[in-house]
Amino acid sequence: MSSKLTRSNRAGWLFALPGFSLLFLFIIVPFFFAFWLSLTNQRLVSPNPTEFVGLKNYADLLSVSVLTLEPERDEAGEIRRDDDGAIAYPRVRSITRSDEFPQYRGMREWFRWHWGDKAKVVIASDVVFMKALVNTLTFALFIVPLQGGGALLLALLINQKLRGINAFRTIYFMPVVISIVVISLLWRFIYSGNEGLLNNILEALTFGAFTPVDWLGSTDTALGSIIAMSAWQAVGFHMVIWLAGLQTISPTLYEAAAIEGASKWQTFRYVTWPGLRNTAVLVLIVITMQSFAVFAQIDVMTNGGPLDSTQTLVFQTVERGYGKQDISGGATISVILFLMVLMISAVQAFLTRERN
Amino acid sequence: MQRTKLTLGALVASTALAGMASAQTELTLWYHGAGNEVESNILGGIIEDFNGAQEDWQVTVESFPQESYNDSVVASALAGNLPCILDVDGPVMPNWAWAGYLQPLPISQEAIDGHLDATIGRWDGEIYSVGLWDAAVALYARQSTLDELGLRTPSLEEPWTKEEFMGALEAAKASGNYDFALDLGTAWTGEWYPYAFSPFLQSFGGDIVDRDGYQTAEGALNGEAAMEFGAWWQSLFAEGYAPGTSQDPADRDSGFIEGKYAFSWNGNWAAANTLASVENADDVVFLPAPDFGNGSTIGAASWQFGVSSACEHPEGAAAFVEHALQDEYLAAFSDGIGLIPATKEAAQMTESYAEGGPLAVFFDLSAEQALVRPVSPGYVVAAKVFEKALSDIANGADVADTLDAAVDEIDDDIEANQGYGH
Repeated sequence: MSSKLTRSNRAGWLFALPGFSLLFLFIIVPFFFAFWLSLTNQRLVSPNPTEFVGLKNYADLLSVSVLTLEPERDEAGEIRRDDDGAIAYPRVRSITRSDEFPQYRGMREWFRWHWGDKAKVVIASDVVFMKALVNTLTFALFIVPLQGGGALLLALLINQKLRGINAFRTIYFMPVVISIVVISLLWRFIYSGNEGLLNNILEALTFGAFTPVDWLGSTDTALGSIIAMSAWQAVGFHMVIWLAGLQTISPTLYEAAAIEGASKWQTFRYVTWPGLRNTAVLVLIVITMQSFAVFAQIDVMTNGGPLDSTQTLVFQTVERGYGKQDISGGATISVILFLMVLMISAVQAFLTRERN
Repeated sequence: MQRTKLTLGALVASTALAGMASAQTELTLWYHGAGNEVESNILGGIIEDFNGAQEDWQVTVESFPQESYNDSVVASALAGNLPCILDVDGPVMPNWAWAGYLQPLPISQEAIDGHLDATIGRWDGEIYSVGLWDAAVALYARQSTLDELGLRTPSLEEPWTKEEFMGALEAAKASGNYDFALDLGTAWTGEWYPYAFSPFLQSFGGDIVDRDGYQTAEGALNGEAAMEFGAWWQSLFAEGYAPGTSQDPADRDSGFIEGKYAFSWNGNWAAANTLASVENADDVVFLPAPDFGNGSTIGAASWQFGVSSACEHPEGAAAFVEHALQDEYLAAFSDGIGLIPATKEAAQMTESYAEGGPLAVFFDLSAEQALVRPVSPGYVVAAKVFEKALSDIANGADVADTLDAAVDEIDDDIEANQGYGH
């Protein structure tokens, strides 16, 4: 096999060379470079020499501990409660900023839960990174079914022989061609809290019963708003891929199904869907990888706010590497992101493999 | 071989000829104002005058859009391609000087006599950059609003106290005439936050970093004064005095003009447009920052000229900067794009900043209350941390925890940079 590749395929290799060398130069070399940088203290701007620091950057990002807080008690030993009856606990900063516990220095509360009278507090050395990690996973979790499913639905709709169907194809595909920055700016107006289009439409539809929501300014709705807008933006791209898949299915299969008296659902379930198998694997993996790279929407619409509810890994990579001049910190996040995406793609490839 | 020699000879001869034709040495200047025609024309005029006025130097300009200017400089510094004369934002200058992008500017003392202090960029005891102008921030208001709400008109000598300021906001809110009492400009992300809001913190008695040695933010950004500042900052949003971080940028630009806001915290660069757009320009007043206990201060230092470390002729660069510092040019920039001229004499030559002019108050603000942002290479990072802390607090984050986290991040950064050479 290998001898055949090297011997009789000289023209093929020659044609592949420009592509391969670009991939090598802009994907593979930077990755190894990033991996090396993540083990140093490289800054963007600095007269100080770069030093090797081992795994310090990884420890700074990933360290997590659990604290157990005892309730505060008064002299009689009774648990102190505030006006609402909630148990009063000592502040986390009394531990993380105390000289008695140097191991917790610089850590901050990520989240907490209650265990009897006690409170268990998870503290992390980089809460923003942790929130970015959770947000990115949430984003991917929602965007994959929304975008993949929505795109399939659109593809089925436009895969009909109707007059003017090309107009619909164009309209659905349009957001893909427009720059994501422009789209993000437009959606910022749509989501605007006071005079936004979305609020106006919802108010009109409910005859004024709807109270306007500050979609991007509230921690409850910000990430959801960005997910919805992102799903809409890229749905057209995957629609075209699904459409290509649909058009490879032989019409004779549909004719046979019609003769057998199959219902619409049965046709989809037993003819269309099995025919789309390979397309589905492609769409799934592509959307997953793209969704982990979400950046432009965040940068234009929320800057990671409010209260870190829309922080994502790539946004943090850029923010640290370029904004805060910490190239090694940014490189560390991108290495972690790479390993994550690699792992998830490998699992997906395994689960969707051909089984005979 | 013969031919090579011949070509080489021709090359040398032609170079010598070209050199003789213009004995001037070329100096490249990078500027941040691409896209602004008025600004480019004024700068172009200065350069033309300079090139014609002497025989040693020939300055050529390359303009960049402001948003990508700093990135371009950093990228070209990493690639070893810096021009001779650089335009640099005041608070960023120490970072570039420390990184070795800039060298001291050999400018004569008389060229900068009488200039506003904040227009001179000093680092490590030497002058690195000099600006032709400064910028100032004031509280935009209408005299009719003050009269209607029964408020005292504050002056430079006697600004509002914290109680008076909060009373004014409460009165404006209670009147029901406005969407919000105060427009802070939270829609403007980036440098606006530390530039416009850190003076409030300083007025409370805190700061972004401890300016004594610049080695830590502990105590400055999370001490008692800073906690008090944080609680006050949060109350502005929690009690509905000011729109939060999701403020519509369009409202920021026109909200005060349209009467949506009673007061607006805005810079002198927006003043000319405001005066031109409001119904009654005489009614608009520019009030000094409130005094929260430690005096009123506003941010200072705008774009300035410096010499890059790659420049072989710093004396040529200094000659150009000295030429550009003439009052007539300062006045031209001021009239053209609304900036505060760096000297009193130049201010008198302008339409807006001359005594009795509509914006004269901004010159006094700059002269009296300006406090430069922390003069440290670490400022660029600390500014980002400060911005995030303020937007988090505005959105309801716990004040003490947020300020602590900001202090930790700034301290970690200072440590990672081995103290930033202080």
